[in-house]
Amino acid sequence: MSQATLSRPAAPTGHTPARRTRRIGGNSLLHIFTWVVIAWLLLPIFVMIVFGFNNPKGRYNQTWDGFTFKWYGKLFEISDLTSALITSLVIAVVATIVSTALGTGIGYALGRYRFRGSGTLNLIMFATISSPELVMGASLLSLFVSLGVGLGSVTITIAHIMFSLSFVAIVVRARVLTLDRSIEEAAADLGATPWTTFWKVTFPIILPAVFAGVLLAFALSIDDFVVTNFTAGTTVTFPLWIWGATRVGLPPQVNVMGTLIFAFGVLVALAMTLGSRRRSKRA
Amino acid sequence: MNTLKRRLAPYFLVLPGGLWLVLFFAVPMIAMLSLSLQQGDIVNGYSLTWHFQTYLDAINDYHVQLIRSLIYGLISTIIMIVLAFPIAYWIAFRGGKNKNTYLFLLLLPFFVSFVLRTISWGLILTDNGPVLEPLKKIGLLPESYHLLGTATAVIGGLVYNYLPFMVLPIYVAVERIDPRVVEAARDLYANPALAFRKVILPLSMPGVFAGALMTFVPTSTDYVNSSVLGSSSTTMIGQVIQAQYLTNSDYPTASALSFVLMAVMLVGIFIYARVLGTEDVMEVAAR
Repeated sequence: MSQATLSRPAAPTGHTPARRTRRIGGNSLLHIFTWVVIAWLLLPIFVMIVFGFNNPKGRYNQTWDGFTFKWYGKLFEISDLTSALITSLVIAVVATIVSTALGTGIGYALGRYRFRGSGTLNLIMFATISSPELVMGASLLSLFVSLGVGLGSVTITIAHIMFSLSFVAIVVRARVLTLDRSIEEAAADLGATPWTTFWKVTFPIILPAVFAGVLLAFALSIDDFVVTNFTAGTTVTFPLWIWGATRVGLPPQVNVMGTLIFAFGVLVALAMTLGSRRRSKRA
Repeated sequence: MNTLKRRLAPYFLVLPGGLWLVLFFAVPMIAMLSLSLQQGDIVNGYSLTWHFQTYLDAINDYHVQLIRSLIYGLISTIIMIVLAFPIAYWIAFRGGKNKNTYLFLLLLPFFVSFVLRTISWGLILTDNGPVLEPLKKIGLLPESYHLLGTATAVIGGLVYNYLPFMVLPIYVAVERIDPRVVEAARDLYANPALAFRKVILPLSMPGVFAGALMTFVPTSTDYVNSSVLGSSSTTMIGQVIQAQYLTNSDYPTASALSFVLMAVMLVGIFIYARVLGTEDVMEVAAR
């Protein structure tokens, strides 16, 4: 890059000072703009956190009436809300385990082998990722209604596995594609069976991608509203409870739970980033 | 034996997941199409009668909401391109070693439930909320002004919720641009504006296209924002479909509308890809 700058013809250098000041001006404008948009994106989260410390006089937690910690102590006092949160967690754990297993299989196969039908599979995966959630939820409900299947936790979990597994597969495939095949060949040369090679060599290498897939699947499942709304029947998950409570006013406990989930998610993400940074430094 | 095993390996790996996708993504689409052509009710059951009239009735009754949703989606997508491009450009070219920090900040909202974020906006935008009340007090806005229930609030909510999905693909495309290419343009006496228009803009188009796809589809089919931030004059097609399925249990009408919506999305994606595709081909041919 510096080479290119050095070899630049003499003629335009006369304009450089003027150009540079203008570029710096545009730059700081863009810099400010970026921060304004980030602030805008974080504003509702800020409001959510603040209103978890509010001490509302009436039923509606909408105007600031004083600071209190009491909702953190009364976090699990609304039993419906607590059981909705537990339902969400259970569904998310099951959906994450199954979709990670199935998605890793697809991602590994797509990254590693050429086989008939991989094009079709890619297309279906692209379709699941780009299709509107509304249509996915509606079509699943149509299927369950046609078959006379009762709606509930099972149908929600089936749906969550369906939309999560493509994301897991894509993350894993990306990692497998960067895999150095000669390492596996070396293991085979040293007498390892394909099975041993996979578990001792390949799997540890793709593990970070599998782990990223786990987090992605969990986050997609626990926050999902639209598809869940269509496949839930009378079962209530955390987002569905919030949705149902909107009209009667949200209790501050929802803000507290939102705050805690937010803090937990941010911590996990930061730990992941720091971990991978340390790993890449060591490498 | 061993080679056979090796040849079958990918199929064993793909089969469970692939089967899951076929059973719970592809088959439901067919079930939905079939249900839209059936007649009956929830008590006596449905039977397939190829009743295409359902489609005509559904479009006749709800074309206003359908067109409104597409317009809201289009406006939101355009606003998002305008907002996201400068951010993606700045982070990619000037973010330095803080690039990942900026991207992390942009993704922070996803750690809070989508419904909760939208409701939080509703709280901020209420008539006596923290934004409108001060503005009314100092007389910048008339006392009767309100934001909730208007198209502005709904589109604002859509832009808010989906903006990161526009920033990321544009960022990826801009990040990939070799700074030397831009320098080469400058060396050939292109001024910054021309270099931007002739080099950076065309090279970032794939990102804009991907971003438009990733935001237009969910915004135009959204029903959370229009339910929480809108009113009866901003009803979107998603709300209609949700109500027909879950409140009225009018499954044929609901499936017909969903099917129309999916068809519109697919046609839209196809046309857009074709338009962009031919342009790319022409660019290559021109070289």
